[in-house]
Amino acid sequence: MFDFFFIIEKLILISAVLGITLFIAAYSTLAERKLAAFFQDRIGPDRAGPFGLLQPLADGLKFLFKEAIIPAKADRFLFVLGPSLSMLAACMACAVIPWGPDLMLFGRTVALQITDLSVGLLYLFGLVSFGVYGVMIGGWASNNKYSLLSTIRASSQMISYELAMGLSLIALVLTTGTLSIREIVLGQPGWHWNILAQPLGFMIFIVCAFAETNRVPFDLPECETELVGGYHTEYSGMQLGFYLFAEYINMFISSAVMTCLYFGGFQMPFIASLGLPQNVVALFGVVFFFVKILMFLFLFIWIRWTLPRFRYDQLMRLGWTGLIPLAIINLLATAVFQLCN
Amino acid sequence: MFTVYFPLLMLLGAVLLFVVATMALTHLVGPKRASVHKHEAFECGIPSQGDARTPFSVQYFVIAILFVLFDVEIIFLYPWAMEFRSLGWTGFFEVALFTSVVCLGFFYIYRHRLFSFKK
Repeated sequence: MFDFFFIIEKLILISAVLGITLFIAAYSTLAERKLAAFFQDRIGPDRAGPFGLLQPLADGLKFLFKEAIIPAKADRFLFVLGPSLSMLAACMACAVIPWGPDLMLFGRTVALQITDLSVGLLYLFGLVSFGVYGVMIGGWASNNKYSLLSTIRASSQMISYELAMGLSLIALVLTTGTLSIREIVLGQPGWHWNILAQPLGFMIFIVCAFAETNRVPFDLPECETELVGGYHTEYSGMQLGFYLFAEYINMFISSAVMTCLYFGGFQMPFIASLGLPQNVVALFGVVFFFVKILMFLFLFIWIRWTLPRFRYDQLMRLGWTGLIPLAIINLLATAVFQLCN
Repeated sequence: MFTVYFPLLMLLGAVLLFVVATMALTHLVGPKRASVHKHEAFECGIPSQGDARTPFSVQYFVIAILFVLFDVEIIFLYPWAMEFRSLGWTGFFEVALFTSVVCLGFFYIYRHRLFSFKK
């Protein structure tokens, strides 16, 4: 079935979603610097544009116009492939996120979601694993001892926390009965958010989300006091920009995922009782969804400038002997609770 | 199938285009000035020693193997989670048995101090 309008609709949606994702990721770098300045009683960037609002643009252009140095001993192909894969994995994750309720435009029902995969959770889970390759390939290809150390640290950290993440998601699947993210969101109308059914699962998930995005207190791959710069020590120019940018996109996407899975996504309490037209409800839903995402982004930044980082053995101990047994207990307890009801 | 997976392909195309175009653009507009010292591996300012293709702690390899083991066990649980309600208590006890075997293995690994990075 070839539907011309369907293709046009999806093309517009994909450009809008990619544009918004890149825009928010760019501005969360500015938010990070501004908030860091606020927490440390400084002013922060204020030169480019009013209140430094053009700073992300200036940074992006500077990354673009700088020389992309490839070290003489590096594997040239893999060196460029690494950051590209990181960026690819980060951007692909926005496909399954439902950004709002259906819109009615020109007599067509327009879903504000690029595609509603029936295995949305597994798709996200796969992309998380895929993201490890970007870091691993780039760090290994640099042929720098610090990059190598950082890379093996990063990959073992990411795979360790992926286990607890997968286990906490199974408990969520037990309560929702579906792997489609849209159906998970639709299953929590009003205030019936999944966080109320899965508080422990959410705690495990958010800790794993911090570890997977390499954010403080789990930013050992970028531990500059021990490893110069981390896995991107040898990178410069836009290739470095891709690594840094992919981290912010991952932050944005994981905030969106946490909102969808545990905080009702675009579901807004009391909106159904107002009797508004469907399109207005949809727009309110989108705005409310983004408000929740921005609160999670603030949490990411707030924690970064509040907590120190773990030591490597503490990190591994927390992941393997703390979170995984906790997630298994949560899983079995959820199953018993659900079966008793 | 078409309406579900074709948008995903379109997104892949768009993202690939963005990544390749940006990489090509930065290659075209950025300066290229070769120098021996700039292209050396950075090691805190001292001349770089040897090569980074060296052996590293086997502990990381052990973690990778354990990941593969446990990840497969987690994936086994997803089909059960989807059919959880229709399988009822029978399914639960079977999964509980499976999980306890996994936990036994987990305990064995724990006692062998494979998670402990402290020497």
